[in-house]
Amino acid sequence: MQPKTLYEKLFESHIVREDAGTYLIYIDRHLVHEVTSPQAFEGLRINHRPVWRNKSVLAVPDHNVPTTDRSLGISDPISKIQVETLDENCKHFGLTQFPMNDNRQGIVHVIGPEQGSTLPGMTIVCGDSHTSTHGAFGALAMGIGTSEVEHVLATQCLILKKFKTMEVRVEGKLNKGITAKDIALALIGKIGTAGGTGYAIEFTGESIRTLSMESRMTICNMAIEAGARAGMVAVDEVTISYIENRPFSPKGEAFEKAKVYWKTLHSDKDAKFDKTITLNGNEILPQVTWGTSPEMVVGIDGMTPDPRKEDDLSKRKSIEDALAYMGLEPNLPVNQISVDKIFIGSCTNSRIEDLREAANVLKGKKIAKNIKLALVVPGSGLVKLQAEKEGLDKIFIDAGFEWREPGCSMCLAMNADRLESGERCASTSNRNFEGRQGQGGRTHLVSPSMAAAASVHGHFVDIRALS
Amino acid sequence: MKPFVTHTGILAPLDRANVDTDAIIPKQFLKSIKKTGFGPHLFDEWRYLDHGEPGMDLTQRKKNPDFVLNQDRYEKATILIARENFGCGSSREHAPWAIEDFGFRVILATSFADIFFSNCFKNGLLPIVLPAETIDHLFDLTYSNKGYAITVDLENQSIILPSKEKISFQVDTFRKHCLINGLDDIGLTMQHSESIKAFEKTYYQKNSWLL
Repeated sequence: MQPKTLYEKLFESHIVREDAGTYLIYIDRHLVHEVTSPQAFEGLRINHRPVWRNKSVLAVPDHNVPTTDRSLGISDPISKIQVETLDENCKHFGLTQFPMNDNRQGIVHVIGPEQGSTLPGMTIVCGDSHTSTHGAFGALAMGIGTSEVEHVLATQCLILKKFKTMEVRVEGKLNKGITAKDIALALIGKIGTAGGTGYAIEFTGESIRTLSMESRMTICNMAIEAGARAGMVAVDEVTISYIENRPFSPKGEAFEKAKVYWKTLHSDKDAKFDKTITLNGNEILPQVTWGTSPEMVVGIDGMTPDPRKEDDLSKRKSIEDALAYMGLEPNLPVNQISVDKIFIGSCTNSRIEDLREAANVLKGKKIAKNIKLALVVPGSGLVKLQAEKEGLDKIFIDAGFEWREPGCSMCLAMNADRLESGERCASTSNRNFEGRQGQGGRTHLVSPSMAAAASVHGHFVDIRALS
Repeated sequence: MKPFVTHTGILAPLDRANVDTDAIIPKQFLKSIKKTGFGPHLFDEWRYLDHGEPGMDLTQRKKNPDFVLNQDRYEKATILIARENFGCGSSREHAPWAIEDFGFRVILATSFADIFFSNCFKNGLLPIVLPAETIDHLFDLTYSNKGYAITVDLENQSIILPSKEKISFQVDTFRKHCLINGLDDIGLTMQHSESIKAFEKTYYQKNSWLL
């Protein structure tokens, strides 16, 4: 048999039919949130179509929910309608939902894996680009638009072309203080935000194999920032032990049977990728973005670029625009950049491991005087409870952080958590686009420990020098 | 979906790379539960000098005179031309909804982000990938000729310039078929519901833990 990549195995096992390179692909899990689903449900109602497989859907409100006291409900009337619309749609179509006040509520990409709803071998979709997160489990997971949400609800299938395959091999061991977030940003710095367009990325190599599931999720989450709709990691013992005994995961005999199959979910030896990128894990430094695209990134020992040194006119203009928006001079060492706000959260970095990592830096410390606001927004109600059990909430609160309720929060600022114009933020989220965290806001993407260290020092510092 | 066969229109140059979906339609407008009404807020943070919120009286807002779509010469434009990686970022279909609602039918760029590209076709909007030199050439022609208009012929996969010069482009056969006929994907897939049921039968036998 011809050796196959993990992507090929996942894709081929879900082909319902093919017509001249256009495939109808069966979808196992459909995650739904309040922002990209109302128009899809409306489409079903107008055309009197039922949901094909109710059991495949897990819904949760996350983008619009307040992270402050929820007993008061949602004060923004438009957000409130959107969240209530999800409640109504789930009730009407008979779908499982964790509503806002359920302690299992959280960011859709955090709760799927947490509940064992994300399993190896699955095809997983959600009307959200960061669905690539779930690929960490050896699944084919990708973000879709609202028309496709409606299509999957109605038919359990998606019309797809085959992606090309890219192997991102991270060799060697990571240095102390270097995290999955740094690998992801270093990769994007190398291949650019369109480097993975048209590809499904599989992350391989020693550095990846030694990562926890939380870290693998962080890397796969950022695959979309490299342009790849799907990112994935092969199944191993780390994957399987994470899944065992989760509420939705198979139990007993079913689990044993599944395990046999799951263990086949890796690229075969000699499988051919269309492209291979190699990174040396021990050369990766703590990363800080300086601009308005995740590819505008340097190591902590780096500086903002000098546009005059760029010969390509279009690139020069991008650098000039980004520096102007960010209010930064060329050739400025990034460890001299001071910040106003800190955001620890998002589907990239809000899992228990991320909170432990940040708390570890903050233990016994206080945030610097220039920090106007420091937020920790756990990825789910259960992450929050676990953190409280470990006393992490106290560490954050004692340091001067606000300990909030779970949701997407200031990653995209659809709720009340946002940057004001001109404010600068060290953020563990995934996008530093103009206005992403609030109009005129300036975002620097970093790992949780780097964000925590910046909160203590008031500016970016090399996490490696602190321990 | 509105069928797309041929379209003739004025070009508007958006001379930026990596135009992301947050720029195309900022998050505060995603709270709507409708598919329509996003056009007035297309590129809201670039088009206006004040902060936009849903339901604002647009006549009271201060427009940014420097932004290209606010210039009189591009007022009637229906074809947008941009640089590489257009539509990167989130999967929000509100981005093509806003572009289409504003009045655009075609986007020409060096490259597009995958999800955005796919979303366009579902909404009667044609994204066309062209080589960088062709895009440069079209930017030059747009800047130097007021009211510069071209014709896009999807059937023949050809762009016709006023000089009669023709530029051919690639488009996926299935997507082209759907766009020309204004077909709804769901209706097409429903015709294969027996195949889906047959697939499910074998699939769940094999993967019984998923039941």
